Amino acid sequence: MAQLFEYAPAPESRAAAGDIASTYGHYIDGEFVESTGSEALKTVDPSTEEVLAEFAQGTEGDVDRAVAAARKAFTSWSALPGVERGKYLFRIARIIQERSRELAVLESIDNGKPIKETRDVDLPLVAAHFFYYAGWADKLEFAGYGPNPRPVGVAAQVIPWNFPLLMLAWKIAPALATGNTVVLKPAETTPLTALRFAEICRQAGLPKGVVNIVTGDGRTGAALTGHPGVDKVAFTGSTEVGRAIARTLAGTRTRLSLELGGKAANIVFDDAPVDQAVEGIVDGIFFNQGHVCCAGSRLLVQESVHDEVLEALKRRMSTLRVGDPLDKNTDIGAINSAAQLARIQELTTAGEAEGAERWSPSCELPAAGYWFAPTVFSNVSATHRIAREEIFGPVLSVLTFRTPEEAVAKANNTPYGLSAGIWTEKGSRILWTASRLRAGVVWSNTFNKFDPTSPFGGYKESGYGREGGRHGLEAYLDV
Amino acid sequence: MSSSPLSASGLAEIASSEASLRRFLHGLPGIDAVGLQARAAGLGTRSIKTTAKAYAIDLAISMIDLTTLEGADTPGKVRSLCQKARNPDPGDPSVPHTAAVCVYPDMVPIAKEALGGAPINVAAVATAFPSGRAGLPVKLADTAEAVAAGADEVDMVIDRGAFLSGRYLEIYELIAEIKKACVRPDGTAAHLKVIFETGELVTYDNIRRASWLAMLAGADFIKTSTGKVAVNATPANTLVLLEAVRDFRAATGVQVGVKPAGGIRTTKDAMKYLVMVNEILGDDWLSPDWFRFGASSLLNDLLMQRQKLASGRYSGPDYVTVD
Repeated sequence: MAQLFEYAPAPESRAAAGDIASTYGHYIDGEFVESTGSEALKTVDPSTEEVLAEFAQGTEGDVDRAVAAARKAFTSWSALPGVERGKYLFRIARIIQERSRELAVLESIDNGKPIKETRDVDLPLVAAHFFYYAGWADKLEFAGYGPNPRPVGVAAQVIPWNFPLLMLAWKIAPALATGNTVVLKPAETTPLTALRFAEICRQAGLPKGVVNIVTGDGRTGAALTGHPGVDKVAFTGSTEVGRAIARTLAGTRTRLSLELGGKAANIVFDDAPVDQAVEGIVDGIFFNQGHVCCAGSRLLVQESVHDEVLEALKRRMSTLRVGDPLDKNTDIGAINSAAQLARIQELTTAGEAEGAERWSPSCELPAAGYWFAPTVFSNVSATHRIAREEIFGPVLSVLTFRTPEEAVAKANNTPYGLSAGIWTEKGSRILWTASRLRAGVVWSNTFNKFDPTSPFGGYKESGYGREGGRHGLEAYLDV
Repeated sequence: MSSSPLSASGLAEIASSEASLRRFLHGLPGIDAVGLQARAAGLGTRSIKTTAKAYAIDLAISMIDLTTLEGADTPGKVRSLCQKARNPDPGDPSVPHTAAVCVYPDMVPIAKEALGGAPINVAAVATAFPSGRAGLPVKLADTAEAVAAGADEVDMVIDRGAFLSGRYLEIYELIAEIKKACVRPDGTAAHLKVIFETGELVTYDNIRRASWLAMLAGADFIKTSTGKVAVNATPANTLVLLEAVRDFRAATGVQVGVKPAGGIRTTKDAMKYLVMVNEILGDDWLSPDWFRFGASSLLNDLLMQRQKLASGRYSGPDYVTVD
């Protein structure tokens, strides 16, 4: 990497995140309340391991209170004309835009992801989701679900730590637009932006009990998703937890949508635009430290261009900047937690042990915090664990194929089916391949592009139900 | 670009016929316009602060081909341009001089004289600049005049009409002929910069092909534009040139320079280009020997930003000279 022109650090101000309280309770029925239990958890800045705040481990009693508040609010909220609900959502969207710097910095501190991504990707999309579903609130009868689609009731929503505020938006915006009330549990490593969002709900004058936030770990999540008072459960997270939830809800009348893991194939044909494909590969797996359920973690390269693509990829990886998430020049931030780092280390060690060839650019990692250098494994075969299991970190496995049929067969040969990528200059090949891939989203000559108008969801073990777009309304409507 | 290096005989083979030259140029990997523009925009978001900015401003000044290419050019105008190139900020001798001055061929003797012994090159635009619409003898004479008058560098334009109608070999031969005309009686040669006029080539695939075509024919530098059309240098079309010289060196071992020209007016813009050079090509190209800005008004903005960094205050256009 160049030494002649070293960029000076350009850190964003931590103060922009606003005041972080030393302890947080829950947000129930329009009030910040203390937990009925005494247990507290800590959330840390993954880039420094500094404790940011303590927050409540939600008890069954807390969940009861929150569900009861949501139930009570449902009667009046669902009876509001759509145009009125839309006004609240538009107001929330505008406040998010106004406070986007604060939210971006807070998200970076709590999650470890680079400010470049929170500022330029997450927050604009969060606002866009609220704007988009605000627009649907008074047009539900034209959404294709009958003349008078009705809300489901109280929605229990559990979201992961990789895109805390964005996943909140994906869940809350359509639920409110369709007239439901919600109890949301953020992940135990990233509760801060959800609690800040509660302030925004107050600022927007949202009626009490329409949005409730209960914090805590998996125990709180289990209490919420298994609560008999909820009508709908929406979960984004690991396949393992998703299965447990499905088992709990089997035989009940509670509706369920799941958005789970992935092991996406990113297919590069020999006529691909090489430089842009390399960008797409980098974006596919190193965006958000690889903490992306639809990450392009399996690179399938046509054998005839394998060496060329791998060489270009390594050259490009050498220019990735790993470090302080608040530095505006940082491309790759910190791993979200010690536990996640350990999981990535375990799987990469397995990759080496199984004989794959490991490569990372030389980059100095900070002493404190949780860090993992961008890593690519070549000589990977389909039987390796790193080619099968979701790593959820900045680790790419490179496999090869010889023909389009083989590419499709290998791409589909996974228990997952969330996303896929195709790189070729030939339009007919894009269509041929895309129609054969069993994945919820197929990107061609691009990767990791999100938009509120576009439905997102999985096949097979990647879950069921769709979020985003007109399709995203269905999960919250009685149709 | 295959990763196997191209030998000299391999290079000659490519240009042995129109058909083989076309096969080679059309066999280059395609460019996805959306992805290319996204990458160029992404590099433009790097935040450059304090020490890095001070370094980059001086580097940018030292890379400028300070240019006057007007029909109204006079010896007086050229002399004051040369003076500015030598000593850009009369109040601050620590400001580096520019890389070159760029003028029409008839102004070369004036510029040479005005620059005296200063280590600043004189670049002359030749070959019926900016349209390129003249016969080969005229273009050769134009070049010969500039070289005879002492030009250190020749900026030639390609025939965009020939390119767009697919007559690649004609352009290859033109560049090779001009390259020969750059040789001085003592055997040394003026540096040859080949201008594509990327705004008229329109597609990024065309720009990549033109880049390879010029490098195969012996260009020392490849340059985006004349500055005389609506679309001149852009981050995206310059990125294509940068990738092409990177791949050409990997394939042949020969290093070629890059010059975006036209429309780069602000320090902020210049920083974006330097970030691209830094991240696509690295140290090997971060010098006036391998990267230039073709610009006339950029220098003053760099000087004002330099003054602001030094004093903490923004002074304004009256604190730098008009020319």
